[in-house]
Amino acid sequence: MRKLTIPEEEYMLPGHTACLGCGATIAMRYVLKALGKKTILSIPACCWAVIPGVYPHRALDVPLLYTAFEVTGASISGIREALDVLGKEDVNVVGFAGDGGTADIGLQALSAAMERRHNVFYIMYDNEAYMNTGIQRSGSTPWGAWTTTTPGGKKRMFKHEPKKNVAEIMVAHNIPYVATATIAYPEDLIAKLRRAKEIKGPKFIQIFSPCPTGWRHSPDKTVEISRLAVQTNFFPLYEVINGKYKVSIKPKNPKPVKEFLKLQGRFRHLTEEEVEYIQHEIDENWKALLKKERCSQEE
Amino acid sequence: MPIILPEEPTPIAKVPSTENKTGGWRTFRPIIDYEKCIRCYICWKFCPDTAIDFAAPEKHPAPKDALKRFDTVEINYDYCKGCGICANECPANAIELVLEQNVGGEEE
Repeated sequence: MRKLTIPEEEYMLPGHTACLGCGATIAMRYVLKALGKKTILSIPACCWAVIPGVYPHRALDVPLLYTAFEVTGASISGIREALDVLGKEDVNVVGFAGDGGTADIGLQALSAAMERRHNVFYIMYDNEAYMNTGIQRSGSTPWGAWTTTTPGGKKRMFKHEPKKNVAEIMVAHNIPYVATATIAYPEDLIAKLRRAKEIKGPKFIQIFSPCPTGWRHSPDKTVEISRLAVQTNFFPLYEVINGKYKVSIKPKNPKPVKEFLKLQGRFRHLTEEEVEYIQHEIDENWKALLKKERCSQEE
Repeated sequence: MPIILPEEPTPIAKVPSTENKTGGWRTFRPIIDYEKCIRCYICWKFCPDTAIDFAAPEKHPAPKDALKRFDTVEINYDYCKGCGICANECPANAIELVLEQNVGGEEE
């Protein structure tokens, strides 16, 4: 006998080639647990394009189609329409892309797929840079982070632009379901995917997935950092169903963001003032999110 | 000129990744202290390598008699890469990370 809080079925095999403590792998594991066997994945160039291993190896027990970097949205649209013609409407079609393939390179295809209202899932696992190719900055990299293309150093060339909020871009498409989730809260993540499964139409879920290699943290801290991101309001968890915001987790006493930053080598160069600036931005964003929740709930 | 199609037009990856024993990547070996394990399955829940298996309840000792009806867990050292998430998340501090070279010739 065992008491489990998440489904027991396993669709991800061991022996894949992800780095130690990879957050994106945990994200994929939960997504497949939530959606089940009747799922088709489409993956562009990203970490998950190499994690299953070289041909002829496979690490997943569901069909997987590799696509070019910029066409995940187009590819899932095509799969969906073909399945509908064949009468297989109960199959979930999932685009599973990294933050580079979503926020930067694949944004046009994603936007078009969402606008055409295909009945698909689009999952962005957000590791906040192009990790697969060697930690280059992406639109989703947060302010102040070190990457190989935004080195810190004496000239202080760390990223000076804020993180692109893809979930809000998706809300602006007026799609029926948008949510953010993270791997430290698997029950919440799986509940969100199950809710999304009941909705017909485009669904977008952003999963915050720490990357030990690129964030320069110890691999055993992956889940802890993911939890701290929520507890410090660095990455708030919320869902937007038909335009109505609902914040999933509201930390009673949010921790200072410093606790989240200090575990990661990519923020090591930041001074006290810069940490304060990040704290200020987080507080403002959190207030704005709560305001959106209040405004959208009252008619 | 006739077009010759390959026998298998779509390349299909048929070999499961379980062929690939990633246990050799490990620097630190997580070892479960069954005298402390409360069988909460949090290590199973967060393992990125699905390298934690369930085992029959009587296979390992339990700290309390009440826990003896629950299944226990085992780490599959063929695939565990030794990231240490299980040791970090364990609420009972029942998992210890030991440097692989200090493990000695014990059970494999």
